[in-house]
Order: sequence, then C-alpha cells, then structure tokens
Amino acid sequence: MYNTVINYALVFKRVFGFAFVCIVLSAFGLTSANASPVDTFEFSDEVTESRFHVLSKELRCPKCQNQNLADSNSKIAVDLRKNLYNLLQEGKSDQEIIDFMVYRYGDFVLYRPPLKEQTYILWFGPIVILLSFFLGVVFVLRKRSKLKANELDLSAEEQTNLNDILNKK
Amino acid sequence: MKSIIRFIPLILFVLLGVLLYRGLFLNPQAMPSAMIGKPLPDFQLPMLKATDKMVGREDLKGNIVLLNVWATWCIQCKYEHPYLLDIIKDKRIKLYGLNFTDDHSAALRWLKQYKDPYVFSIFDEQGALGLDIGVFGAPETFVIDHTGIIRKRFAGPINTQVWNNEFLPLIETIEAEMSQDES
Repeated sequence: MYNTVINYALVFKRVFGFAFVCIVLSAFGLTSANASPVDTFEFSDEVTESRFHVLSKELRCPKCQNQNLADSNSKIAVDLRKNLYNLLQEGKSDQEIIDFMVYRYGDFVLYRPPLKEQTYILWFGPIVILLSFFLGVVFVLRKRSKLKANELDLSAEEQTNLNDILNKK
Repeated sequence: MKSIIRFIPLILFVLLGVLLYRGLFLNPQAMPSAMIGKPLPDFQLPMLKATDKMVGREDLKGNIVLLNVWATWCIQCKYEHPYLLDIIKDKRIKLYGLNFTDDHSAALRWLKQYKDPYVFSIFDEQGALGLDIGVFGAPETFVIDHTGIIRKRFAGPINTQVWNNEFLPLIETIEAEMSQDES
C-alpha cells in the first residue's frame, strides 16, 4: 500500500516536473519573441513578408556578436532591416540580397557560412570529433570483450555468498 | 602503449586550455572589412557644410585619403576628435569626414564647437555610402590609397598609440608603392 503511494507520488512528480519545464521553456520562448524589435514595414504580399522574416533571421547583425538582424535593436541592425526591406521592394532575389550584404560586410553576416577552405574546420570539425568518439567507444568495447569470460566469473565463495543473500527472503 | 593512452585526456585538456586562453585575448570587434582591396564605391552626396553642393568619389583628392566615419550620437567620436586634429598635421594624408546618419544642425554645431579637422565632411543622412562601404558603427576610419583602393578599415577611436601602430606603417607602405609607381 505504502509502496503504491510512493509510486503515485513519483509519477506525479515526474509529470508535473515535465509540465513545469515545458511552461518555463515556453515562457522563455514567448519573452524572447516579445523582446524582438517591431518595425512597421508594410508588404504588398505575404511571400515578400515571409522572405523578409527568413532573411532577417539568416543575416547576422555586423555590430553585434551573436544576434541576427531580426533580433537586434542596434542602430546598424535597424538600418540594415530598412535596407533589406528596400531591396525586397526593388524585387531583388534572395541570392542577390545575400551577395549584396556579403560584398559589404563579408561572410560574417551569414549565419550559414559558405563551404570553402577557411571554413572546412567549421563544417567538418564536428563530424570528425563525433567519428573519433565512436571509434574510441568501439576500441574500448572491443578490448573489453576480449577479456576472458571466466575472469568475470565469481569464485565459489562469492557464489555461496550471493546465494545466501538471494535466498534470505 | 597503455601509459600513452592514460595521458591523452591530459594532452587534450592542455590543448583546449591553450585554445581557450588565447581566445581570452582576441578582440571580437576586430573584424576584417570585406571592402579591403576593393575600390571605393562611387557616391553622390551633399557636403555637410553646404548641402546644395554634391560631392562624389573624385572629390576626395589626395594621395592617401583617410575617410573618418563620425556622428554626434557617437560617444567615442568625441574622445577621438582631438587626435584627429593632431593627425592632420601629417601632410602625407588628407582627412575627410563621413557624417553618418546624423542630425544636420547637431553635426554643424559639433564642428563649430570642437573645430573641424576635415577637408570636408560628406553628409550621409540615410547611411547610403556607409552601407556601401560596410560601416557598422562609428567611429570607423578607412584608408584609401593613391589608386582609389580601400586599404584598411579601422573600427574604433583613433588615438596616438593606434595611429602609430595601425596607420603609420600602412602610410609608409603606400608612400613606398607610390614612389615605385612613379619610377
């Protein structure tokens, strides 16, 4: 009886703990969305508007270390958003806009850096680390399985001890 | 073999430590400008002191042109200003101002109050030229050589130390190139 109460209590705790985490996380999500600066750009169609939102999230604010154009309130980010809006109004394609920004501010403005010699380590580094980790695991496991099976066996004395403990009930 | 393996974590730790320690002394604001090696883009903008007069790239005369981005909303520009008055004593350079997304009357007041170190200032109210040369704040100073190529962008205020370390060597390099081009 007592055990079931404890079990219920545990389940209760788990479920509510999870719910609590969800609430906290979503609250963070909400506040960060609210904190984003609001511009009063007017778009003639929804496609351009969604392109604006995608691009302003893809492009990094040159002045700020780690914020995109959409999230930053700095002067340069405000100016660049205005500029992005103007370029979209002029009917420039996404690639043209990205080229425009890269020509002036360099690869720094891209949150997805292009694949080139200087960025190989950026693109392939994580894969290399992951692979070497797996190789390490395989190496260790194989070595362990080579241990003689009987090395892990219990001695006669240990076995009787174990039996005693198990049969105590 | 086994003893080597035992040291791998330590070696990794030391390597990571060295990497992170070096990172402590890097300046994240010191970004290379994408415009270095490219020609100064052309522009048509009014002069700050005479807004009815338009100026363009060809009006930035001088063998070594320094284009200083400034604005009255920029606090560090105030700090930089006396040093600008000082560096124009170097006759090898010509200093021009790019008044960047600023209020016109406030900018004029600034020049009156603190003296005007510039040959002239370009009034870039919308930040059009600023955008074209990748300005992301003020103060910033661009060095343009005798062939019209942007050679350097320095973000942050100039002072004597910065001038001696960052600008003078480049000025000497350009001077040497100029005399080479002539011969």
